[in-house]
Amino acid sequence: MQYIPNILFVIALVAGIGYFIKNIRKVIRNIRLGKDVDRSDDKAARFKNMAMIALGQSKMVRRPIAGILHIVVYIGFIIINIEVLEIIIDGIFGTHRIFSFLGPLYDFLIGSFEILAFLVFVGVILFWTRRNVIKLKRFWNPEMKGWPKNDGNLILYFEMVLMTLFLVMNAADLQLQELGSGHYISAGSYPISQFISPLFEGMSEGSLILLERGAWWLHILGILVFLNYLYFSKHLHILLAFPNTYYGDLKPKGQLDNLEAVTKEVMLMMDPNADPFAAPAEDQAEEGEPEKFGASDVMDLNWAQLLNAYTCTECGRCTSECPANQTGKKLSPRKIMMDTRDRLKEVGDNIDKNGSFVDDGKQLLNDYISTEELWACTSCNACVEACPVSISPLSIIMDMRRYLVMEESAAPTDLNNMMSNIENNGAPWPFNQMDRVNWSKE
Amino acid sequence: MSETIKVPTMAEYMAEGKKPEVLFWVGCAGSFDDRAKKITKAFVKLLHSANVDFAVLGTEESCTGDPAKRAGNEFLFQMQAVTNIEVMNAYEIKKVVTACPHCFNTLKNEYPVLGGDYDVMHHTQFLKSLLDEGRLTVEGGKFKGKRITFHDPCYLGRANNVYEAPRDLLKKLEVELIEMKRCKRNGLCCGAGGAQMFKEPEPGNKDVNIERTEDALETKPDIIAAGCPFCNTMMTDGVKNKEKEDSIDVMDVAELIANAQDL
Ligand code: SF4
Ligand code: SF4
Repeated sequence: MQYIPNILFVIALVAGIGYFIKNIRKVIRNIRLGKDVDRSDDKAARFKNMAMIALGQSKMVRRPIAGILHIVVYIGFIIINIEVLEIIIDGIFGTHRIFSFLGPLYDFLIGSFEILAFLVFVGVILFWTRRNVIKLKRFWNPEMKGWPKNDGNLILYFEMVLMTLFLVMNAADLQLQELGSGHYISAGSYPISQFISPLFEGMSEGSLILLERGAWWLHILGILVFLNYLYFSKHLHILLAFPNTYYGDLKPKGQLDNLEAVTKEVMLMMDPNADPFAAPAEDQAEEGEPEKFGASDVMDLNWAQLLNAYTCTECGRCTSECPANQTGKKLSPRKIMMDTRDRLKEVGDNIDKNGSFVDDGKQLLNDYISTEELWACTSCNACVEACPVSISPLSIIMDMRRYLVMEESAAPTDLNNMMSNIENNGAPWPFNQMDRVNWSKE
Repeated sequence: MSETIKVPTMAEYMAEGKKPEVLFWVGCAGSFDDRAKKITKAFVKLLHSANVDFAVLGTEESCTGDPAKRAGNEFLFQMQAVTNIEVMNAYEIKKVVTACPHCFNTLKNEYPVLGGDYDVMHHTQFLKSLLDEGRLTVEGGKFKGKRITFHDPCYLGRANNVYEAPRDLLKKLEVELIEMKRCKRNGLCCGAGGAQMFKEPEPGNKDVNIERTEDALETKPDIIAAGCPFCNTMMTDGVKNKEKEDSIDVMDVAELIANAQDL
């Protein structure tokens, strides 16, 4: 009987971590549905980006209030998780405060965890206030209705509860230490929970133990639940920000990739020696279906773009900097990322259900992202510059425009005119190429 | 204005068996747009006054393909690119300067993979280098003490991280350079990029150029400086919309330098 808590603990731990791993493997599988893109160059620059942007939060602090609050919560959360290590060992072996032999160092650690927990608590309250009381505009865009809004708040509640449980656990422990109860050895320092502890004064030893154990169990179960919540939430960014900043695009922001499939065709057309009939046939024999230009669904995007979608924190910095969005256009770069992720999940669920993807009559284009959104973009890169985790909504917009124009010939009329001008006169306006130097004589 | 300025073409250089120091890529706006042609001329005057040995492609120049690419027509873009590269490589071009940030970005970043590898500079960078080499003098002249704000073109600034060259030049004019609240990497687009220049805006409640003009007007400028023919058009329209065209000029950095010296 004595080992029941240990056994229950191990079961909870294995189930919690197991389910999490199962879902992470799904994320990886879904990201791999994307096309290949080479991001293996310049590892030094990539590590530097990851260290600066993900670990160092360099882009978060561009908005100082949100940035500093975020750093507090982020550092607090990471460091407090060292405590989880002790909890896990205690849980498995039925020990209590196994690291207390560290003496003064232990006091220092527990003391710091408490202060950080308190700061995290305050930070989270301020975050909640910004979202719900001050109602910062970027948290109230149309795409933030329903689940995304609740998700943002749920995360904050989770953290409040976890921090409270941690402090209550310590406060009860402190009371028990003072009572000299059983294995509640005197260890640790409690700069914050010492103020909570008096609330429990006069409680019986039994109730105190119940309180302490209750908080301990809820705390660790809460962490396991939170871990598994990540998969369903924008909070996945706490993990994916690292690979995403590592694999981010290193090219100048203005540089759009040149489609290789198009290059092949263009070179063929320009080559006077090429046999226009023989070559395509040969190509097709090699590659089967001719390559589709641009993207109408998530599988047409590359894996880095899909990783972007899973990493998006829905912070809306991109949207709040977007000139189209600021002037009332439907386009919101955050929505582009959220739609991509939602569609990718839908495709993933489809694969889970059917073994492989079965056409569901839907796609990213139109069913999620409208052409009106796509045609509102000025390609200004403000969204890319603003994103704290190196996401490029612009690259998805451009790939979808490519599909519209090259596969569907569905450009707005004005743009079709512009393009036929370029084709015929070598300029976007209907001027004669022979008049190109007339300006020098005017 | 009907003064003819001397603009040698690559074909002429070739015929004489010479090669210029730099190719001036005029661009479509610079060749055809009435407002932008003035920028082109101002820049050419500066090139002459600094004794730069330059040439243009003239009738052999064709759209870089930028608007087609940003509209999604990769095919048309690459056709344009390959044609231009063939011409430039035949002339063994090494160095290119252009007054259009869109041409600049495309030539610099998107042509190399297609076989066109050149040292490409925006005209503000080039003028700055002439200044540093002592070939060009920039003095305050009539703009001394004027309030000037510089609008960062997206394709020069964020796209290619060039923020200082135009500002360094403006400072040399001894003007009072005032930054808009959104500037440099946070600069707001004028609304023309991504092929928007060539279409009606999507439905919204405001035009982007109006929003940006308001940013500029907040600085109470005498002059709004630009470094892109499209930004220039957008900001000029914005200033007109605000009925401020009598008190505020929208001018390219090259025009400011040329006019300061009454070239
Ligand atoms: S690049 Fe497009 S989506 Fe991004 S901020 Fe600019 S206009 Fe908005
Ligand atoms: S794309 Fe980046 S800036 Fe935009 S909401 Fe997502 S994380 Fe925030």
